[in-house]
Amino acid sequence: MSTLASLNLTRIPADDEALRAEVRAFLSEAMRDVPAHIRAKSWSGYDPAFSRELGRRGWLGITLPEAYGGGGHNAFTRFVLVEEFLNFGAPVGSHWIADRQSGPLILKYGTEAQKQFYLPPICRGESFFCIGMSEPNSGSDLASVKTRATKTDTGWSLSGQKIWTTNAHHCHYMIALVRTSGDAQDRHKGLSQVIVDLSLPGVTIRPITDLSGDSHFCEVFFDNVPLQDDALIGAEGQGWEQVTAELAFERSGPERLYSSIVLFDQWLAFIRTPQGRTPEAVRLAGKIASQLTPLRAMSVAITEKLTRGESPVVEAALVKDLGTGVEQLIPAAIADDLFSRESQDVPLELLQTLNYVTQVAPSYSLRGGTRDILRGMIARGLGLR
Amino acid sequence: MDDLFSDALRQLLDDQCTPAVVRQIEASGDGAALWAHLDSSGFADALVAEAQGGAGLSLRESQGVMALCGHYTVPVPLAETMMARSVLAQAGLSEAGLVDSAWANAAKGSITLAQGQLAEGGSLVCANVQLGRVADAVLVSDAQHTWLLSTQHAQSSPASFVLDADLRWSAQHVAAGVKLPKHQDVRLLLGCLNAAQLSGALLAVFNNTLQYANDRVQFGKAIGKFQAIQHQLSVMAEHSFAAHMAAQLGCASDTAVPDRVRVAVAKARTSEAALEVASLSHSIHGAIGFTHEFDLQLFTRRLHAWRQSGGAESYWHTVLGTELVDHRHGLALDLIRSATDVTV
Repeated sequence: MSTLASLNLTRIPADDEALRAEVRAFLSEAMRDVPAHIRAKSWSGYDPAFSRELGRRGWLGITLPEAYGGGGHNAFTRFVLVEEFLNFGAPVGSHWIADRQSGPLILKYGTEAQKQFYLPPICRGESFFCIGMSEPNSGSDLASVKTRATKTDTGWSLSGQKIWTTNAHHCHYMIALVRTSGDAQDRHKGLSQVIVDLSLPGVTIRPITDLSGDSHFCEVFFDNVPLQDDALIGAEGQGWEQVTAELAFERSGPERLYSSIVLFDQWLAFIRTPQGRTPEAVRLAGKIASQLTPLRAMSVAITEKLTRGESPVVEAALVKDLGTGVEQLIPAAIADDLFSRESQDVPLELLQTLNYVTQVAPSYSLRGGTRDILRGMIARGLGLR
Repeated sequence: MDDLFSDALRQLLDDQCTPAVVRQIEASGDGAALWAHLDSSGFADALVAEAQGGAGLSLRESQGVMALCGHYTVPVPLAETMMARSVLAQAGLSEAGLVDSAWANAAKGSITLAQGQLAEGGSLVCANVQLGRVADAVLVSDAQHTWLLSTQHAQSSPASFVLDADLRWSAQHVAAGVKLPKHQDVRLLLGCLNAAQLSGALLAVFNNTLQYANDRVQFGKAIGKFQAIQHQLSVMAEHSFAAHMAAQLGCASDTAVPDRVRVAVAKARTSEAALEVASLSHSIHGAIGFTHEFDLQLFTRRLHAWRQSGGAESYWHTVLGTELVDHRHGLALDLIRSATDVTV
């Protein structure tokens, strides 16, 4: 219970808020003519040129030290930036993983040479990363991964297969969780993280078409891929601890509240019109806002913990599980509202956005850990496991 | 400041507001002894300015104190009196100011809050007055006016929760009551304090249920070792956690008056959590939780009572939705930000 009581109302400091106006002005212009059903793709939207433009403006790697091309700011600044990107439905998918996870991971565990090599292009929006965790037989049971890096004279030889790797076909590098010693029975022991240059011989990437017709995730095959010694990131055998820390970054951001926000705003625009406004719709708007608001406050409180160097794993799992619930309620409840009206005179763009979000909503509670995995983590945090 | 205050109140309630006392007051309708303890310790004046004889706690500092009233299911109107005396003091009607008035006694005792309606003939009717059976006075608002009225002068009849009451004052008693110089939105005040009470009671129910799951053995192990139970407890934790944050938002105000948008969030979210948590706690407890003897019912009956008081979810959803749809433009984010970016 101590975890729960310690999550207190916090305000984003004014210094970190300062960037919001500038970011919003840019996004208002950049996103003006992009239709809502495209903006709804949010952090699945892929646009390398857009990422480079953000890099040029100094908005990528905002929490990384200036010595590596970063912004030298804290997690609050990143919260403000990301909150604006998501609410405008900016196509941030290209750099998303590099900016959110890979950069901070390399900063925390990398050697000086690795930091000098990888971080500056991440901050410029020129170097994109994906995460190699899941395998065909290692989904929620991540510790059972079989992809193996074997020591050679010059480094490592990588063989095996990853799956559900988001954006692998558009990325330059993968940070993969692989076995470097022992076998599957050793579980958490003997796992390490390696940075794989996806242009190396022996790497094959096949996109998987999802139910909406998009291809975000991929199968990635490694056939004796030759890796240099310095492909290892962090300590050999410490892969599990590193991945756990990395997942805390993944789960604690504002992206766990706003996946359906473009749809919500598009629907709000409709119910603000005389033909769209009904008492039931107004009430539903209030219901959704009443759920999002405390979640945002919780997310800010978690960000405050990150700025103090804590790793709020259980709190992040709580917020993610609740947050994805609201994100999934939004398309379901909006569909109920729009299709229970006498008049079917609803703007097509709104219906297209609703259709897209309805289709992709199941992914919200898959990525970054399923509902059941998160609830298991919370139970562990409560001392039940 | 609020921590010191909360610790002192927690100690007092541990001693004086045990489940046995709550049961006894629910049965007798007589909370005078408990009230005397609480009032003489000065807690009821927590929100009154120090210059006016109070402790000078701000509204945002009071969330923890009011949450304790929920945590201990305090069966006399302590949180309500704190809020009412704050309103009276701001209106210049502190006890001192009422010394010459026939109503001074009403202001000195416990005070609850209620929404009322003037009926034909000028009588004032209040349905489901929270703790109306044990309060000395009621701060009543209709659409235009706010009065402080003594319960001694009211006709009282039972309401749904055992310590609540339907109250009616005759035109004569209304006319003789203290009319406040300014109208008060009592539903807003109730919504704010009910949300805080709910946040405390929700954490208590969650803690007690977690403890029960660790203690109760079936199939040879504590039921908390079963994944199905663990996941239900995780969901309870999520709701309790969100409600705690929502209640903090409800009390976040730069003035002594709660902010309407934040209270809408707070009361709607804590009420939603009340329903979920009450249901899950009973599910995990099984038959024992359904008995009069086991303490769970003291909490879950109050969760429902507080959910119903001061506007249930849909009332506040409409308030919040009206603000968002009719008075704001552009991104929903901006309403969410203005409600959460608070001075702390």
